[in-house]
Amino acid sequence: MADDYAIEAHGLTRRFGELTAVDHLDLRVPSGEIYGFLGPNGSGKSTTIRLLCGLLTPSEGEARVLGRRVPGEAEALKQEIGYMTQRFSLYEDLDVRENLTFIANIYGIPRRELRARVEGQLARYHLSDRPRQRAGTLSGGQKQRLALAAATLHRPRLLLLDEPTSAVDPQSRRDFWETLFELSAEGTTILVSTHYMDEAERCHRLAILDHGAIVADGAPRDLYEAMDALVVEVETADPRAAREVLLGREPILGVTQLGVRLRVLVERSVADAPDLVGRLLDGARIRASVTLTHPGLEDVFVMATRDAREPVPWEG
Amino acid sequence: MGGLRRLFAIVGKEVRQLRRDRLTFGMIAGIPVLQILLFGYAINTDVRHLSAAVADQAQTSLSRELIAASQASQVVDIRARVDTARELERMLGRGEIDVGLLIPADFGRRLADPSRAAGQLLVDGTDPTIPASARQLAALELGYDSTPKPARREPVYEIRNYYNPERRSAINIVPGLIGVILTMTMVLFTAVAIVRESERGNLELLINTPVRRIELMIGKILPYVLIGLVQVTLILLLGAWLFDVPIRGPLLHVYGAAGLFIAANLTLGLVISTVAKTQFQAMQMTFFFFLPSILLSGFMFPFDGMPPAARYLAELLPLTHFVRLIRGIMLRAAGLGDMPGEVLALLAFTVLTLAVAVGRFRKTLD
Ligand SMILES: Nc1ncnc2c1ncn2[C@@H]1O[C@H](COP(=O)(O)OP(=O)(O)OP(=O)(O)O)[C@@H](O)[C@H]1O
Ligand SMILES: [Mg+2]
Repeated sequence: MADDYAIEAHGLTRRFGELTAVDHLDLRVPSGEIYGFLGPNGSGKSTTIRLLCGLLTPSEGEARVLGRRVPGEAEALKQEIGYMTQRFSLYEDLDVRENLTFIANIYGIPRRELRARVEGQLARYHLSDRPRQRAGTLSGGQKQRLALAAATLHRPRLLLLDEPTSAVDPQSRRDFWETLFELSAEGTTILVSTHYMDEAERCHRLAILDHGAIVADGAPRDLYEAMDALVVEVETADPRAAREVLLGREPILGVTQLGVRLRVLVERSVADAPDLVGRLLDGARIRASVTLTHPGLEDVFVMATRDAREPVPWEG
Repeated sequence: MGGLRRLFAIVGKEVRQLRRDRLTFGMIAGIPVLQILLFGYAINTDVRHLSAAVADQAQTSLSRELIAASQASQVVDIRARVDTARELERMLGRGEIDVGLLIPADFGRRLADPSRAAGQLLVDGTDPTIPASARQLAALELGYDSTPKPARREPVYEIRNYYNPERRSAINIVPGLIGVILTMTMVLFTAVAIVRESERGNLELLINTPVRRIELMIGKILPYVLIGLVQVTLILLLGAWLFDVPIRGPLLHVYGAAGLFIAANLTLGLVISTVAKTQFQAMQMTFFFFLPSILLSGFMFPFDGMPPAARYLAELLPLTHFVRLIRGIMLRAAGLGDMPGEVLALLAFTVLTLAVAVGRFRKTLD
């Protein structure tokens, strides 16, 4: 049934000259869920979202959004989707209320409701104290709330949010996500791109993008469970030296440094991973405390993009 | 219904933005005032003390009387006396004099013949004020009472206008100037209109709304129609006040012609806006269009003096048709109905460019 999925894409591809920004993407976003796009800069998140709103024409493949073909039937979709661009795209020389009123008129919100709707959005997005402030002078967090207020003003069934929380402090990010959960509870499907792991972890489901391709997807828990690696955390005085020692050694799959700690990915089949890592470090006379820990999305990401990034150097 | 609503939303937004854009707002009044003052200075016909030289080949009492009368008029200051027309031409060419007075040897006989001009004025036409001033000399009468004055059909001097065959004056320039000023401001304002939205990132949001292309285009130009008409009013008032430029035809037709012309320029601006990638490019294209408009339209140089290729090109420019219309209405007391060809040309230009603009504009980022 088409209604089960708000978005379905098959082999969606977009090239810019030589560059393939989106590479044969297969995507299914279930209705009513918050679906995350996690990926580093240039991985094709924005391009995919633009393809899905019909702003870009795919080079190959096809997509259906809310049961309509894009870009062919994109025009009929405009009323049903809300899009929050990565860059702030409301009018900086109009004030907060003028921006929302303009958007309300463009979407044809009935005149009797218009005022109430705009004031409602101002209240919901904590902008009631500054309706006359020019949008250009808002802080990053305020701009982001205004943009979300504008994108949800016409009560779209599907929200496409492109890195909505870059440029926002952690507290504002938490508040923002509270709002997303509320919207989701009201039945809105949300596709949100991010490069923050903690945000991606909050999604019902997510896809990890790298070089325009989905390298892993599913619910966060499923992704951890499906991971072919154990995660060992190493705490040591000299993490750089420890990294040097571990990198590329069989059966170690990857080493990421997080401050004074290292997260070491070890092949799942290894029986006693912390012991093995400890012995390798001992051999290089590096003192360290080694513990087995739970995988995070970061680890999933490292595993998923391992081959594409750096071929593991082989040493005897 | 929903369409009109969106259209007015765009118009309202444009007006608000315009009010807050000091530079553009200043240009609306600044450009007409500045231009009319600049051109007005050059078209001031009441120029005196032009430097002159005389070649008096007749050397009679009559010829001396003419020279004295010319000097007394204060239009010219006679700085030098030479013998031949050739010398006058040389001084004119070197820029030493503005006017050469040539009185031929048979001056007395020519004066008696009412069908011939008696003397010649050699005029430097590169400066448009000079031929106009020299015409005052041509109107001189000789106060020579002893014989009954023959009814002269030709003035005493025959004006030989060098370098600029068409005589012009403020009255001729101001109507055309309306067109020049409108071309400059109207095209420029709309040429940047859509490019600015895409440079500032607003367009990505806008094209993702239900707004239709035609609504966006019309909504963007409507506020400027009003601004253009305000500019026209300003120029007419300044022209009447500073230079006594008459409006001999019906005022409504003046505004009708201006309205048609404004529409043509605004839609052209939209086409530029859909082609240009940056505001700077839009400005370059505007000037690329502005130059031939000024040169070929008949505003600066007489249309009939141009080679056929230039004339065909000129027929494609809205300013050409507007200059004909507005001169006709303001100076010859004609109405729009007297020049249906020009009206149709402007209408066709508007419809065509609007269609091109709407056709070129895509609600995508491809
Ligand atoms: N219009 C375009 N023309 C040429 N290349 C483009 C265009 N748009 C995007 N790209 C390229 O496509 C790739 C993917 O870009 P995209 O903006 O989708 O990445 P992203 O995942 O959104 O990155 P970020 O996190 O930095 O926003 C990049 O290499 C980018 O340079
Ligand atoms: Mg992006």
